[in-house]
Amino acid sequence: MGAEFVQLSLPPIMIGICAAVACALPGNFLLLRRQALLGDAVSHVVLPGMVVAFLLTGALAPIAMMLGALVAALLAVVLIEAVRRWGNVEPGAAMGTVFTTLFAVGVLLLETTGASGVHLDVEHALMGNLESLIWFAASDWGSLLDPAALAGLPPELGRLALVLVAAVLYIAVLRRPLVAATFDEGFARATGQRPAAVGLGLVALAAAAAVTAFEAVGAIIVIAMFVVPPATARLLTDRLWTQVWLSAGLAALSAALGYILAGYGPLWLGGEHSVSAAGMIAVVSGLGLALAARLGPRRHRREALPLP
Amino acid sequence: MNALGRFPETLIPLDESPLAVHGLSAGYGGKPAVMDVDMTVIPGTLMAIVGPNGAGKSTLLKAVLGLVPRLAGEVAVFGEPFARARHRVAYVPQRASVDWDFPVRVIDVALMGLHRELGLLGRIRPHHRARAEAALERTGTLELADRQIGQLSGGQQQRVFLARALAQGADLVLLDEPFAGVDAATEAAIVRVLKSLRTEGRSVVCVHHDLGTVAEYFDRVLLLNRRPIDEGPTDLVLTDRNLQATYGGRLSARHLALVR
Repeated sequence: MGAEFVQLSLPPIMIGICAAVACALPGNFLLLRRQALLGDAVSHVVLPGMVVAFLLTGALAPIAMMLGALVAALLAVVLIEAVRRWGNVEPGAAMGTVFTTLFAVGVLLLETTGASGVHLDVEHALMGNLESLIWFAASDWGSLLDPAALAGLPPELGRLALVLVAAVLYIAVLRRPLVAATFDEGFARATGQRPAAVGLGLVALAAAAAVTAFEAVGAIIVIAMFVVPPATARLLTDRLWTQVWLSAGLAALSAALGYILAGYGPLWLGGEHSVSAAGMIAVVSGLGLALAARLGPRRHRREALPLP
Repeated sequence: MNALGRFPETLIPLDESPLAVHGLSAGYGGKPAVMDVDMTVIPGTLMAIVGPNGAGKSTLLKAVLGLVPRLAGEVAVFGEPFARARHRVAYVPQRASVDWDFPVRVIDVALMGLHRELGLLGRIRPHHRARAEAALERTGTLELADRQIGQLSGGQQQRVFLARALAQGADLVLLDEPFAGVDAATEAAIVRVLKSLRTEGRSVVCVHHDLGTVAEYFDRVLLLNRRPIDEGPTDLVLTDRNLQATYGGRLSARHLALVR
């Protein structure tokens, strides 16, 4: 566990943790607002956004890709709202309609424009490539204190850390309006807490987290982390902030444990190849949810209480 | 409209009325659900808005609060636009409009009444908590303070909502069907609290559907069926003719007898 670990495993684990927590934090509120599918929607619509950005710039510049993805994500958010309002359908159906259509457009664009030859292929979009995010500049643990080596860290880590900080700040500063807007919108509006703006900000934050994480780790982790850690935490507590903290812890734990199990698990079992880290991270968090659903204290809600 | 009996009330200067509504039409998509409503709340009284289903009672309340688009007319709250008098108004929405599975405790809901005072980042101090607890005490729900809100019965939830409004310390309290689907103990507790608000000089407007209790609980009533039918002291307004006009002649003699 020396130089090799620092070079090959530490950066992906850190990136996985940042991505997982950055998605899980807004995921708590999306889940409570019955918008949990939004992570799924956003992580699909970034594909056409990235393809269009690639076609426009002719290069795989990460900034252009992310801008394209973010624009597509925000466009999708607006379209979902439009379909929901004007089509008068439930939010889940509106999301399903918009994201499948836009994702399909992305697939067609990929196929017909020759963009499919590059690294931006569908498989990469789905599974990400966490294992490739290595730290060449590192020599051993001491590199963590060496500015020159730190500058060589994968740029994804910095971007995800930034989004993570933004998510923490947004939720910490707007915690009261967020709770009021989610629990009782009428009250929130009547008391001037601007629930619509707070909700839109949350969705934009979720879109930014999804796009950034998607680029680094792929759609599977993004979709899983928006929903699974918050849902697991919800089964373990009836206190909102306990749930939020728990979900962050569970997300980080699944990311670290999933990466290690994917990388070393098959070897421990006598296999020869590691398996997809993204897949294993999502599986680990899914198993956590299954455990909580089976054993969690909040499986039976709404038990009646005697009148005082 | 019969001016007799209502005459002195119209002398109350409008800027002293907790809530004055003139020619208000409101509804979604440009289609008014209520039209041409005039209404004046007298300080220190309990007022009911009564009418059949679909009469626009909730819409009227929501239009006052800016939750439903106003299409015409004016609303003055303590002589000012609602946005400027917001801090003096508390609103208790219909129970059905809320997500009761939300992971908050009863005390957290009562503390929401202090959001405005606390601001975004203000710390909850002992005196804030004491006020929230006092509000729960007044509605008889203090012993449930640490329960998750979804574990409570419908009546208990309604009382916690009233406690949140009390914690706001508002001078005008608007309630949307507070007695819908609650037990008798809750109904009695809510009425007791509303009457104590009146004693303190505060004003209450309540969307109400039970004709049998209007005269017993409320001082004044607005009869509404998409348009206002009549407004004034309950004993003057609740006439057979007015009720027939409000309910479109669908009330039986037995119903009418129940009202008084």
